[in-house]
Order: sequence, then structure tokens, then C-alpha cells
Amino acid sequence: MAHTILTVPAVAKSGEIIELRALIQHPMETGYRRSSEGVMLPRDLIRSFTCRFLERGKSGEGELVFSATLHAAISANPFLSFHTTAYASGTFVLTWSGDNGFTQTERAHIAVR
Amino acid sequence: MIGKSTKTVLLGLGLGLASAVLTFAPPAHAATTAGAGAGAGAMVDARKSGYEFMLPATQVLQRDDSQNPAMLWVKDGAARWSQIEGANGKSCASCHAHAKASMKGVAAKYPAYSSSLKRVINLQQQINFCRAARQGAVPFALENPALLGLESYVAFQSRGMLTAPSSDAVTVAAQNKGQSLFNQRMGQIDLSCKDCHVDLAGRSLAGNLIPQAHPTGYPLYRLAWQAVGGLQRRLRNCLVGIRAEPYAFGSEEMVALEAYLVKRAAGMPLESPAVRP
Ligand code: HEC
Ligand code: HEC
Repeated sequence: MAHTILTVPAVAKSGEIIELRALIQHPMETGYRRSSEGVMLPRDLIRSFTCRFLERGKSGEGELVFSATLHAAISANPFLSFHTTAYASGTFVLTWSGDNGFTQTERAHIAVR
Repeated sequence: MIGKSTKTVLLGLGLGLASAVLTFAPPAHAATTAGAGAGAGAMVDARKSGYEFMLPATQVLQRDDSQNPAMLWVKDGAARWSQIEGANGKSCASCHAHAKASMKGVAAKYPAYSSSLKRVINLQQQINFCRAARQGAVPFALENPALLGLESYVAFQSRGMLTAPSSDAVTVAAQNKGQSLFNQRMGQIDLSCKDCHVDLAGRSLAGNLIPQAHPTGYPLYRLAWQAVGGLQRRLRNCLVGIRAEPYAFGSEEMVALEAYLVKRAAGMPLESPAVRP
């Protein structure tokens, strides 16, 4: 499991614009570099990121809040930040996936008053 | 997002550039990088952390824990702290309990004399010694990511505290040795650390500002590395830059240089985990 650091407000007012931040530990190896021994380093990238919102008490995969496609020019340990409007209590579900079967999901809860 | 840094070929300077560096007239007042105990009286402390030489955007990255990628290493170290390793079935926490209390201020005094090893060692070596001798586990290679995680976590417990170099006779001898290495010209380019970090500090070198070489941020996240590294990795970069044969990680010379840098920075606040370009 990769380490992540999420910054999501625990509470918000209904209609408030909130910022979400997600940092994940990942090499983002481009596939274009050689090691110090001259061997090609195989590509190892996170290819996609999604953030969905699942309202409390509802089922399913929730509503898509934000998504991104990541490429070789993005730094190691990618940091993403984005905004959304808080309208209900529930859970943000953040998923990163990529090469070599990499997939990781983290959750953050929010209470909206 | 941080762009993949197009690798600062920082000190990959050709001889031509090096001679350009040498033609700079050293500022007449030769920056007062006061050593321990020197900055008394009404004198203004002219010492500045490398933080002060960075662009505002990089400073924000260091200040804001929700963006600072080095916090991922701190988190990694926190997880390892209570993980049982080695033949003795112990974790760091088995002996040192809560790092918040037991490791507070520890990083501020390293490198320090180890009565077990009978020599001066840095923080990574102390952690590795505990790992090998106390946990009975295979020690990590110095600068290994797992060891950097533990070191970052330990150093984090002293963030904001003031650097307090050890002053026992053996450590002082190491600091003195480090000072003479610092002042000695070396490498094909024939520069000393002092030439750049005292006489030319604040000037630019191939697009980088030359900092005063204070070690207060380490271990830190360097954008050019795309990872966290320790002080000795930084020193290795500078040595390679002047085309000197770099000292091995953990060698007496590396630890001596480290000890001198910490002494020079006595009383400056620890910033680890910092960010540098
Ligand atoms: C040719 C000039 C030059 C020489 C000689 C040199 N350095 Fe450096 N050093 C630099 C530059 C430039 C940087 C900053 C690089 C950057 O911004 O990425 C640096 C960075 C550092 C830092 C990091 C400071 C911080 O804030 O993180 C330390 C510590 C350091 N050097 C120590 C040394 C030591 C010890 C020596 C001698 C063995 C040495 N340097 C020799 C140019 C030099
Ligand atoms: C079996 C008990 C034991 C375990 C396990 C252990 N240590 Fe230690 N540690 C000690 C003792 C005793 C010392 C005192 C100094 C010495 O002789 O090394 C010490 C010293 C230290 C110091 C220096 C403290 C100072 O004030 O200078 C650090 C840092 C440290 N340990 C980190 C760790 C870390 C990190 C781990 C896990 C990887 C660990 N230790 C595991 C017993 C232990």
C-alpha cells in the first residue's frame, strides 16, 4: 500500500465550496530512463485518478466529482487538488490506478450542516 | 502539481564554468557565518537557511504539510516505528515507546558520540545501530528509503527546535576535522566548500542560488531527486559537482563534515522535513 495524505474538511456548510487535496507516494517512472547501470527502467505510472461522492444512506458507486489522467511528465508522488460544492453528508472515495495492476482507494467522510 | 524537474545539472559544471565561478570577487566582508557561541553581542545573525534562497512556490511546499511530499516519508517512518523486526521480536516502540516524547530534541544534537560504537555517528547510523544490535535485524544500507522514513520520523519530532551540537571532546574533534575539510580545496575543479558556501553564498551558479549550506532541513525532499534524501546525499552531490571523489556514506569524513555543518548552524531551528529545489 502506498502512503497517502488526504486533506478533506470534516465538516462544511451546505452550498460551501470546499477544496480537496490528495498526495500519494509513487515513483511515476516514465519508462524513458535508464538506471545507473544502464538498464531501461520499466514504465510504472499512475494512469488515472477519480474522486466520487457517495451520499450517506445511498448505495452504488456515487457521483463523479473529479477525475484526471496522469502521464509521464507528472512528478513522482503526485499531488492533486480540486474543488467541489458540499451539499450533503457522505463519503468521498478516491481511487488511483495504474501500471502493474496498481490500485488504491482511500475514503474521507464529510458532515454537511 | 510539481513538474518533473528537468534535472538541475547543478554542479555538473565544466571547467570553463568553474573558472567563471572563480573570477567572482569574494565579497569583502566575507559573510559572517558565525560558529557556535560566536554570534554574541549585538551582532545580527547573518546565517540563513536554504529555505530563504528558494522561490516562494517551493517555500509553500515546505510549509504546508498537506502538500509537502516529505510528509509521506514521515508517515512511512511512523508506521515502521511500531513494526516488529528482527530476531529479538522488538519494534522501536518496544524500547522507545512514543516517539513524540522519546525522540523530541534527539535530531538536534546529531552527529553525536556513541558510547556503544566508540565513535561519532549520525542519526541514520544510530537508527541502523539500534536496528542491528537491538532488534537483531539486517541493517539497512545508508540512504535506503526505509531508513530515510525512520530518520524523517525521528527528525520530525524536533521540528522547530534549535540545533544543539554535542560538545564532548570526541564530537568536537570531528567538528574540527570537518572544518578543515570544509576549508580545503578539492576535486578537479579545485574548490572548497567555503569558496561557494561562504565567499559566494547568495550568488548564482548555473541558475541556482548558492545557499550557506546549513544542514537544518535534512532529511528533506529535493525536487531534483523526486524523493527524500539525507544530508550525506546532498554532500555527495556537491563533491561530485567539483569532481572530487565522493566520500562513502557513513565514512569518517562525511560524518565530520556533517558535524561541522551542524556546529556552524548551532541555534538555528530544525526544519526537517524541508523541501529544496
Ligand atoms: C561550486 C560551488 C559549490 C561547492 C564547491 C560546494 N557546494 Fe554545496 N551547494 C552548492 C549549490 C549551488 C547548492 C544548492 C543547490 C540547489 O539549489 O539545488 C548547494 C547545496 C549544499 C547544501 C544544502 C543546503 C540546503 O539548504 O539544503 C549543503 C549542506 C552543501 N551544499 C554543503 C557543501 C559542502 C559540505 C561542500 C564541500 C564538500 C560543498 N557544499 C561544496 C554549491 C557548492
Ligand atoms: C532493545 C531496545 C531498543 C530497540 C528495539 C531500539 N532501540 Fe534505539 N536505543 C536503545 C538504547 C539503549 C539507546 C541508547 C544509546 C545507544 O547505546 O545506542 C538507543 C538510542 C536510540 C537513539 C538515540 C537517542 C539519543 O538521545 O541520542 C535513536 C534515535 C534510536 N535509538 C532510534 C531507534 C529506532 C528508530 C529504533 C527502531 C528501528 C530503535 N531505536 C530500536 C534501545 C533500543
